Amino acid sequence: MKSSAVPLPIENVDTDQIIPARFLKATERKGFGDNLFRDWRYNPDNTPKKDFVLNNPIYSGKILVGGKNFGSGSSREHAAWAIYDYGFRCVVSSFFADIFKGNSLNVGILPVQVSPMFLDSIFKAIEKDPKTELEVNLPDQTITIVATGEKESFGINSYKKHNMTNGFDDIDYLQAMSADIKGYAAASPY
Amino acid sequence: MSNTPRTLFDKVWDAHVVRQIEDGPSILFIDRHFIHEVTSPVAFLGLQQRGIGVMFPDRTFATADHNTPTINQHLPVQDPFSANQLKALETNSSKYGISHWGLGNPKNGIVHVVGPENGITLPGMTIVCGDSHTSTHGAFGAIAFGIGTSEVEMVLASQCIMQPKAKKMRIAVDGKIGKGVTPKDVILYIIAKISASGATGYFVEYAGSVFENMSMEGRMTVCNMSIEMGARGGMIAPDETTFNYINGREKAPKGADWDKALAYWKTLKTDEGASFDVELKYDAADIEPMITYGTNPGMGMGISNKIPVAEALGGGQASFEKSLQYMGFQKEDSLIGKKVDYVFIGSCTNGRIEDFRAFASIVKGRKKADNVTAWIVPGSHIVEQQIKEEGILDILTEAGFQLRQPGCSACLAMNDDKIPAGKYAVSTSNRNFEGRQGPGSRTLLASPLVAAAAAVTGVVTDPRDLM
Repeated sequence: MKSSAVPLPIENVDTDQIIPARFLKATERKGFGDNLFRDWRYNPDNTPKKDFVLNNPIYSGKILVGGKNFGSGSSREHAAWAIYDYGFRCVVSSFFADIFKGNSLNVGILPVQVSPMFLDSIFKAIEKDPKTELEVNLPDQTITIVATGEKESFGINSYKKHNMTNGFDDIDYLQAMSADIKGYAAASPY
Repeated sequence: MSNTPRTLFDKVWDAHVVRQIEDGPSILFIDRHFIHEVTSPVAFLGLQQRGIGVMFPDRTFATADHNTPTINQHLPVQDPFSANQLKALETNSSKYGISHWGLGNPKNGIVHVVGPENGITLPGMTIVCGDSHTSTHGAFGAIAFGIGTSEVEMVLASQCIMQPKAKKMRIAVDGKIGKGVTPKDVILYIIAKISASGATGYFVEYAGSVFENMSMEGRMTVCNMSIEMGARGGMIAPDETTFNYINGREKAPKGADWDKALAYWKTLKTDEGASFDVELKYDAADIEPMITYGTNPGMGMGISNKIPVAEALGGGQASFEKSLQYMGFQKEDSLIGKKVDYVFIGSCTNGRIEDFRAFASIVKGRKKADNVTAWIVPGSHIVEQQIKEEGILDILTEAGFQLRQPGCSACLAMNDDKIPAGKYAVSTSNRNFEGRQGPGSRTLLASPLVAAAAAVTGVVTDPRDLM
């Protein structure tokens, strides 16, 4: 994946900011992108806040770059759905909250954890040129700032990598081992 | 392996691994699964699309809590979207044969309150729910954590979850707890020390005399907020306090089953010499009643202190200042004497009987401050009943307070219980994020004692001055 990126250099971006609770009332996974960062993006009268990055047309792309401890707080997968539905396929940060990281992988967003220094380099590169492209290579597990060639590798376990690359699904895997699961359950004291 | 000293977390985890994927997650069997109306509908939709069912419906329990009104629960729910979610929970539970405690059911209440009080939560279990505060159940020596909706679907389909094993952290607090210091203050103190991300990637065991001497309600408050420092979950080794709490509850084992369970539960403690990736120790004497001043739970301080400067915390200057600006505070401000508009007592953090006892202990003989709107929300109908039976309701009524009906309420403000923009709320809940309690709301997290002191004085007040 090669794309320009949207910078959000704020720490501790929690899932209540990504999608406020009042927008969690749907019973289907539809339309969450409209309310992504709702209260940072819109005024109470629903007019866009001009100074928020998603309302600034010079920034665009499939990659969202956030400050450290991105996705903290509530387990709501709706946060990952909103990011995906808006059009992002990758989130870069120096540190992700655990549940958000798992949810992202489960909905098809790649969380890329980089060093604080590399994150800073990305923010600086985007500040210099908002159209700066990042190249994320899942097979090689690397992220590159295309203009400068700065590169860093990131971690992902090989099971998840295999699933993401091939479009496989955890539930298919678990269904295939249902005999083992039933065997375990039969012996469980609970 | 049996000779290697193991932690409590290792023992419970290892006992639930059905399969270990090489360079991948463990496949962990889940003993109990709680569901609620907000994070389950899309999971059931997924099952339908796959054409598969629920593998073990008797291991899943449904309760409506996140999106329910806290007044007039006997009337139809006004908001059509909320009503639709509640209906979906009822329909899905009935379709798949899952126990459902919906609105109006005498067992209804907040999922992390009703699970333990009905004996569903037991030591040594694995417990998940599509809610990050599932960590609450770790108070019983269970591995309990929040999951996303894809994982809810996974558990419904297979009773298993895929998780990499977390690293291990032990946090010990020893010493004598001071006057006016509650379990909420202990956990807010720990989070303030290590930050809102200080335990990310870890499962925490709480140890030491402070937790050993704590009630189950208090332990639940502590484990509940483990997620607020980023931990996957928190747990406390089960002991006599735990066993006494469980014994006799509706779904707890009985007779010979009890004896057998008890013998196993007594083995659930960290062995001497077992190793942790990180060990932290604190002295209880250093903890005073806490209050938060910012927009994440790590931004807390002793109530008599002044808001620190960002540099002293080593955090990002811009995010810190953005936070104070949102709150309308300046660095080096004291919060004592700041006007309070709302007080909320309730939630899965502080919605249990002990919390209302503490609240009432300050309120007794005093009156609600005129400038304060107070929302007093029990965690369940069972707690509501206890409040009435113990005479707490009389104390509250005499002081000018009203008791509402159970639910998550203003903790996440999905229902109508929203703090208006710009208003200050002293809240016993768990999150002070921007807009968490309603768009533009400003939350000061604190204990039931601090909440009560604010409710009767109308300003932030040190509860020790009223004790």
